[in-house]
Amino acid sequence: MADTLSAAISIGFHGLAFAMVLYLISVGLSVTMGLMGFVNLAHGVFAMAGGYVVTSLMSRWGVPFLPALLGAAVAVSLASIPIERVLYRRLYGGEELDQVLLTMGLVFMSVAGATYVWGPLQQPLQPPQWLSGAVDLGVRSFPAYRSFLILCGAVLVTALWLAIERTRFGARVRASVDNLRMAQSVGIDTSRLFMMTFALGSGLAGLGGGLGADLLAINPSYALQNLAYFLIVVAVGGLGSIRGPFVAALLLGIADSGFKYLLPEFGAFFIYTLTMAILLWRPHGLFGRA
Amino acid sequence: MTPSRAVEAFARRHRYHPFEALPWLAAVAAYFVFPDYLALGAQILATILFALSADLVLGYAGIVTLGHAAFFGTGAYTAGILAAHGWGEPITGLFAGAAVAALLGFLSGLVVLRTTGLALLMQTLVVATMVAEAANKASFITGGDDGLQGMEVWPIFGWFRFDLFGRTSYAYCLIALILCWLAARQIVHSPFGRSLTGIRENVRRMHAIGAPVARRRLTIYTISAALAGISGALIAQTTQFVSLSFLSLERSGTVLIMLIIGGVGRLYGAFIGVPLYMVAQNRFSEIDPVYWYFWIGLLMVLVVGFARGGLLGLFDRLRQ
Repeated sequence: MADTLSAAISIGFHGLAFAMVLYLISVGLSVTMGLMGFVNLAHGVFAMAGGYVVTSLMSRWGVPFLPALLGAAVAVSLASIPIERVLYRRLYGGEELDQVLLTMGLVFMSVAGATYVWGPLQQPLQPPQWLSGAVDLGVRSFPAYRSFLILCGAVLVTALWLAIERTRFGARVRASVDNLRMAQSVGIDTSRLFMMTFALGSGLAGLGGGLGADLLAINPSYALQNLAYFLIVVAVGGLGSIRGPFVAALLLGIADSGFKYLLPEFGAFFIYTLTMAILLWRPHGLFGRA
Repeated sequence: MTPSRAVEAFARRHRYHPFEALPWLAAVAAYFVFPDYLALGAQILATILFALSADLVLGYAGIVTLGHAAFFGTGAYTAGILAAHGWGEPITGLFAGAAVAALLGFLSGLVVLRTTGLALLMQTLVVATMVAEAANKASFITGGDDGLQGMEVWPIFGWFRFDLFGRTSYAYCLIALILCWLAARQIVHSPFGRSLTGIRENVRRMHAIGAPVARRRLTIYTISAALAGISGALIAQTTQFVSLSFLSLERSGTVLIMLIIGGVGRLYGAFIGVPLYMVAQNRFSEIDPVYWYFWIGLLMVLVVGFARGGLLGLFDRLRQ
């Protein structure tokens, strides 16, 4: 009995940490897909870029972990702006196929580019001293790095929700997701809004990629390998939703670590079957609108 | 347009145009001009079939899929496993590959095609990932990461051996491609094919005029899966090797690219895009295999940005 409980706690804990990383990376994707109706398969590239920035800053220039994370978020967010302006914007409201091709092209370029700069091997993340041990929470002790992930995730999620629900910027975003034309006609500069949400989403992805570099290993094929995960979170959660992907990330994170623990051989099948079932039941995702 | 003229217009599209002989003349000429590259040529021909099958669902039915490699790989593994376990007869191998791929297409289509847009895209991706995962786990029969080894393909009709230079392979793939192309052409120009275009252009109207939209989509998805299966089986038999990369997302992505380079929804896009892509890949890979993806990615970005409709589309525009 004690064993079962301990296993359940362990699964829940690891799942939660994984879910936070998935959510941070995918939430921007959900908003950009919902807001601009843009099938963006290249979102993982931003997460990968974040991971590379963090690992390089730390290993090559000895920057501490937290400033490196911040640097990754800012760098990725800034770098995403020209990409949005030059490439993505032309295809808003265009054909799905064009968007798929453009973003697949970006993914392929990222694979080769990352191999060129960092080589084919994965970049290890060396968590700082203060994150390498375990923290004792009275009941039992938990690995510090993952506890930090959960804590960071929780803070960021709360901040993001407050920003979307309480600020003027958030109100504009919600208005544009609900009804783009109406938002434009009441004078919201949606083009600028797109750019800002895109940059915000990419920055969060970069942060998520850096934070989770220990869970989702940083290597040149990152964006391809994890594409299914990010898309599952978004599709199951529902496009344009902030809350939906959180629930989906929790489901996926916990199911993933649960199956890896209990049925390592067939874990992936259950995840995919579950995804198919949910999408059949609700094609627009759990929190999506038809 | 009077009815008789409309009928005439449709009939004209259906009739064979002299230009349609060009790819085949080129293919036959290539056999004599590039005798050292016949093995590559056979692969190109088989891949054209793969792109053609993707064109049926993408270009005609408007189903954007990221999982077409599932059918290609299934066909390849079916033919490969048969040949590795004592049944190396190539033509029945092709049919077996087609049948198993079609079955997978039908079953997955039942589920996948109930949705549209992103959900559809996702589900095709998920199906392909599941198949790849299954092949990886079933390593006792598929060879897993090491690939399927020990295939023994018998001579065609017990007579034409698969030689080292790829002469037999080339002819074999060419004949298979011609037959499949004829079938695809017939399908596209049939009333069924026209109704697919209708579904792509305006689903609501097709519902309104009483077309069985779901059934049509499932039918073409299954047919396309079968053709992709034949293509995979051809490559498996001619290279005597199947690996997990046959089922990968990259494979699903690159077939779309090849198709886009040529032009979607024209049946001939595959004949231009695939050779260009594969010859370029062959050249570039000799210099620098890793960075090939960079250039192809850049090319895609440029095609989407500046050459929508692919090379054939560009040609059309120049002609106008």
